[in-house]
Amino acid sequence: MKNIKQSLLIAAWFVFLTFPLMVVKVNTLKHLVEWRWLNMLWVALGAFFLSFVWRWAMERKQLRSRADEESGGDDGTGLGHRLLHDPKLFRPALGGLAAAALLFPWVLDVYQVNIMVLALIFVVLGLGLNITVGLAGLLDLGYVAFFAVGAYSYALINQYYGLGFWACLPVGGIIGAFLGVVLGFPILRLRGDYLAIVTLGFGSIAKIVIENWEDFTNGAKGVANIPRPGLFGMEMNIGAATIYTYYLMLLMVLFTIFVTNRLKDSRIGRAWMALREDEIACVAMGVDMARTKLSAYAFGAFWAGAVGVIFAARNTYINPNSFTFMESAIVLSIVVLGGMGSIVGVIIAALVLILMPEYLRAFADYRMLVFGAVMVLMMIFRPQGLIANVRKTYVHRKPAAEESNG
Amino acid sequence: MDYFLELVCSGLVRGSIYALIALGYTMVYGIIQLINFAHGEIYMIGAFVALIVSGVLTIYGFSGVSILVLAALIAAIYAAAYGYTLEKIAYRPLRTAPRLSPLISAIGASLFLQNYVLLAQTPDYLPFPELIPEFAFMDPIAQRTGLGSAELVILVTSAVTMIGLTVLIKYTRIGKAMRATQQDMTMARLVGVNVDRVISMTFVIGSVLAAIGGVLVGSSIGQINFYIGFMAGVKAFTAAVLGGIGNIPGAALGGLVLGLAESLAAGYVSSAYEDVFAFGVLVIILILRPEGLLGKAVKQKV
Repeated sequence: MKNIKQSLLIAAWFVFLTFPLMVVKVNTLKHLVEWRWLNMLWVALGAFFLSFVWRWAMERKQLRSRADEESGGDDGTGLGHRLLHDPKLFRPALGGLAAAALLFPWVLDVYQVNIMVLALIFVVLGLGLNITVGLAGLLDLGYVAFFAVGAYSYALINQYYGLGFWACLPVGGIIGAFLGVVLGFPILRLRGDYLAIVTLGFGSIAKIVIENWEDFTNGAKGVANIPRPGLFGMEMNIGAATIYTYYLMLLMVLFTIFVTNRLKDSRIGRAWMALREDEIACVAMGVDMARTKLSAYAFGAFWAGAVGVIFAARNTYINPNSFTFMESAIVLSIVVLGGMGSIVGVIIAALVLILMPEYLRAFADYRMLVFGAVMVLMMIFRPQGLIANVRKTYVHRKPAAEESNG
Repeated sequence: MDYFLELVCSGLVRGSIYALIALGYTMVYGIIQLINFAHGEIYMIGAFVALIVSGVLTIYGFSGVSILVLAALIAAIYAAAYGYTLEKIAYRPLRTAPRLSPLISAIGASLFLQNYVLLAQTPDYLPFPELIPEFAFMDPIAQRTGLGSAELVILVTSAVTMIGLTVLIKYTRIGKAMRATQQDMTMARLVGVNVDRVISMTFVIGSVLAAIGGVLVGSSIGQINFYIGFMAGVKAFTAAVLGGIGNIPGAALGGLVLGLAESLAAGYVSSAYEDVFAFGVLVIILILRPEGLLGKAVKQKV
């Protein structure tokens, strides 16, 4: 009874809150007012029912955190982790996944493959940003700038010097990494939130420069006729080229996973994670802060630059509108929703976030709305992400004989 | 010389709007160390509510200053309500979470509010009615400096609001509670300050200031759309960081510096690159003074 009364109050509050924007629509030119009373009903009903869900979820969250405190923290034995750490389950799952990935372009049509290529591009972007944000803890809101620089470097080098895709792929990555260092250098001393606003600024500066440097970048018109990746000069129709790009992207993803996985356990990777946990303690332990931070930027930006080249080749046309803050936010949310620092989580989140809107075309208008709401809800109810990154721990195993005795 | 004067005046107007929005950022940041990314959206919602109210009132035959006052009042009420609800839903459950979580939540909330307005209203630019009347005595000044009566109202309103805010924080009970919470949240709670209420009040006050900014900008520029909050928010946050975040006079100073820098850059270099200059100034100042113009360097405890 108390709950119902509370929910009624909440519904009333939301009706009040959304009244001018949802119900009234004014046309100031023709002096017309449109009243949409039906919307009010939807808001009231929605708020009423959602408030129950919200309360229930909050209670569960509290119960869980209490249980965690008693059992000494989450031990991370969800289904995801069982799948990842039990070789009996992990190997067949991986085999099936590999077969599905390889067969994918032969089963489905070119349209689907094309979308999948885009999703894989975001997988690599997510994994790249995962280095900067997830591992090193440097919040970067202008990540898309590196992506744009990679894409434009291929488009422009090709336009002016006629260099091909394969020559530009590493060049795009290197230019991205170089810019990462250039950007990283002045902001080494900044922390957390200051860093966020400066990188955000950098992202919008990159877009403004591309948009306004008409003579060089073609401005808002963009660059067209970018060649697709070639294969020993073979002629390919669009279908074959798409499938080829798909396999290329698949290789790129595997390469990225391999490298980030190795980086994670390397000396520099551990320095990144130490930096993320506590900067001062980390520096006190003798880690070179400048080098570590710059390398995190450079490695993160490298992938964005390289995958930008593939993006330009896939689209054969680029313009500044593909590189807005929105893209940075999407990549960042891929990293956060997937679970910071967790490679599998990032891959799943990228696939879900990019493929879901494509297959939910009917809800296309609402997707950014849902996207924002999911970001908020995820932070509240599952801040560790889909698959939390579990640190390697060394468990002491008792010798078998002792165990049977005990 | 007159060109320079004109640029300075437009820079001051622009800067005082940035300052007005930046106050909301700085107050929230000072208390809970959160960049309220959705603050720009509150500003946008304020402008939209004012547009809707003034549109409806015009159609029902009202006219003149009464519309401006009423629209601004209702916009302020709604912005306050949105700010309050936002804090309650998106930030309060994350009070004890790691620093990155509320920031991501704020970005999510900002996207949500933008698209909510986009879907509920329209993606197009809407013409904003001219609410501020023309004062005859401004004519000679306007000819020399480009400072019309709308600009005068903006300058006066933001000056009055900022003085009001300073008085509020210095002399009232809630202001005292805010300063206490800013200094040490746990201690403030121990001595009987209702911290949750203080934080809610901070959001409410900041949102009201943002809404006033939205109404003023809307009626002086003459058009708004769902996306105006993003850039305004980024600029205002830049202003807050410039002045030293968490510092109220700093936010005002930062806003003015940013407005002047942008206006001069737009006038003498190129208006297309004015945002580049805004961020350039930010980076340079942060390199020279990482704590901002008026900020105090905080020693980190190990």
